[in-house]
Amino acid sequence: MDNEKDILEVRNLQVNFKTYAGDVKAIRNVNFDLRKGETLAIVGESGSGKSVTTRTIMGLNASNARITSGSIMYKGQDLLKKSEKEMQAIRGQDIAEIFQDPMTSLDPTMRIGRQIAEPLMVHKGMKKEKALKQALEMMKLVGITDAENRMNDYPHQFSGGMRQRIVIAIALINYPEVLIADEPTTALDVTIQAQILNLMKELQDKISTSIIFITHDLGVVAGMADRVAVMYAGKIVEYGTVDEIFYNPKHPYTWGLLSSMPTLDTKGDELPSIPGTPPDLLDPPTGDAFAARNQYALKIDTEKEPPFFKVSDTHYAATWLLHPDAPKVTPPAQIVARQEKYATMQKDLLAQQQQHGPVEEEEEKQ
Amino acid sequence: MAKYLAKRIFYLILTLFIVITVTFFLMKLLPGTPLTNQAKLSKSQIALIYQQYGLDKPVWQQYVLYLAGAVKGNFGTSFQFSDQPVSYLISSRIEPSLQIGLQAIIVGVIVGIVIGAFGAMKQNSWVDTSATVVSILGISIPSFVLAVLLQYYLGLKLGWFPIAEWGGFSYTVLPTLALAAAPLAESARFVRTEMVDVLSSDYIELAKAKGLSRMGVIYHHALRNSLIPLITIVGPLAVNIMTGSMVVENIFSIPGIGEQFVKSVLTNDYPTIMGLTIVYSFMLCVVLLITDILYGIVDPRIRITGKAN
Repeated sequence: MDNEKDILEVRNLQVNFKTYAGDVKAIRNVNFDLRKGETLAIVGESGSGKSVTTRTIMGLNASNARITSGSIMYKGQDLLKKSEKEMQAIRGQDIAEIFQDPMTSLDPTMRIGRQIAEPLMVHKGMKKEKALKQALEMMKLVGITDAENRMNDYPHQFSGGMRQRIVIAIALINYPEVLIADEPTTALDVTIQAQILNLMKELQDKISTSIIFITHDLGVVAGMADRVAVMYAGKIVEYGTVDEIFYNPKHPYTWGLLSSMPTLDTKGDELPSIPGTPPDLLDPPTGDAFAARNQYALKIDTEKEPPFFKVSDTHYAATWLLHPDAPKVTPPAQIVARQEKYATMQKDLLAQQQQHGPVEEEEEKQ
Repeated sequence: MAKYLAKRIFYLILTLFIVITVTFFLMKLLPGTPLTNQAKLSKSQIALIYQQYGLDKPVWQQYVLYLAGAVKGNFGTSFQFSDQPVSYLISSRIEPSLQIGLQAIIVGVIVGIVIGAFGAMKQNSWVDTSATVVSILGISIPSFVLAVLLQYYLGLKLGWFPIAEWGGFSYTVLPTLALAAAPLAESARFVRTEMVDVLSSDYIELAKAKGLSRMGVIYHHALRNSLIPLITIVGPLAVNIMTGSMVVENIFSIPGIGEQFVKSVLTNDYPTIMGLTIVYSFMLCVVLLITDILYGIVDPRIRITGKAN
């Protein structure tokens, strides 16, 4: 867990949007690290600040965005201090992004071979012919059949899933260190979603890139991510490994998110939902922003913002419920079931470890 | 493509036929006669002249005769200038009109694109505001007012350009400017709106994420996509210039077809009116055909391909 493994470190990030009504505090003090080769999922509902976070990393925020504090360290350099020119050299070269809607994110009047080749021409100064040759290889890599002929086609001649493969090819052509995937499967059919996710995982191994995976779909997270950060109202409220977030969640908001996701064990007719709507970030509430929607809210939640409490070395949650003096509450039944499952999993793991020695090392050798 | 062209040419002929028919009968409703001094002529003299020009026959017969001639390429003889065939009259006068018209549309559209693009790139800045002011002025000031202003200030006061007549490029500058204002304003407004739209689209975001510079994004991705819809208004702009030219040519005393058209309407010169109407409709149809073909070339989504099956 030392710093050398971190490729990206976001510290105390605050982003406001200037509007006629006042400043919208979209990102309120966000901290996270992205480790080399891992996939970090950032989960949260619409408006929680997931996309603004990634836009800020790319330096592509709307013109009314003001970064009021914080730093984004990439390879020892603060991206927020870089000029537009310097950021242009990083975008598409070191940090690339996959966008949400493949139907609109390709230029309708440019041949797709050229679109994939463009980052090579911009960053490596390659001639068109040579860049197109590499683009062709990349098209084959992302699974576009008959690539030789299809590279001269235009986006409208491709299906949604194929277009997203093209968008992925564009993002990966320069083998970026960091790949930001902003809800890359939201606009796709469910059957295609799985294909694209598999492709991304496969390519991550080949290209050895680190991924920030933005989504509101927890189902996708389970299969994709190594670690998860849950965002609410411009803040990260809980983060940990996938298992920790899925089977031992501590923040009531995470409970709500998980309970509203149907599983094979879900019983009854009605899927639980989180009541209410997210707070107005023009004037964020004092204390815990989730308090108003939280049936487990304590009095202190409306007065003082909860700090991060440590659950394990890798798992932290910002809720007063973890304070030693807090009353014990019983989470929703589904969460309790998850936690029990987790406990038995841990026990099994421990038993296995005692029998065969540490499992982790074996995995690393592979 | 060949099939498409053949179809379009058939439609063009059909359109011309309808235009000829409608114009012919409407023209007969014009008040007055082709005779200059009707009061001084006796009844028999009038009858003689009418007979000579075929005006004594019933209107439908005149129409059939005209059509029969037109198919063979005979558009009759001008009433105004005795013994001048209409085809000669037009061909000898079309060059100045074409030159001014083409110059006006090229200057207008290109300058309009530049102004519109800058307005969109610097949205809500002073550049944008002045671009908007220019387009509002260009749209609201009629070409004949602008023509007179240009004539007075640039021609008479400053003496930079000849104020009227025809003879060389310098004579074309003022009429071109007068005619270019409307297409300039129209395309600037259009390009600005389109470009603002395009600049906020996802593929521009992706282009930025690729690391393209600001100008690279504009040049490689934004411009082409914002210009495609502009092609659709080139047709109406051409009409605008054609109608504008009738007045502007008169103001600058340019021996073009626009000036001739006005004269022939005032003197009930039926064959010339018909001939010029056909020429104007033909030019418009050709402009529309060109824009449609152009559309397919610039926008791959509506390209006409032979491999439809």
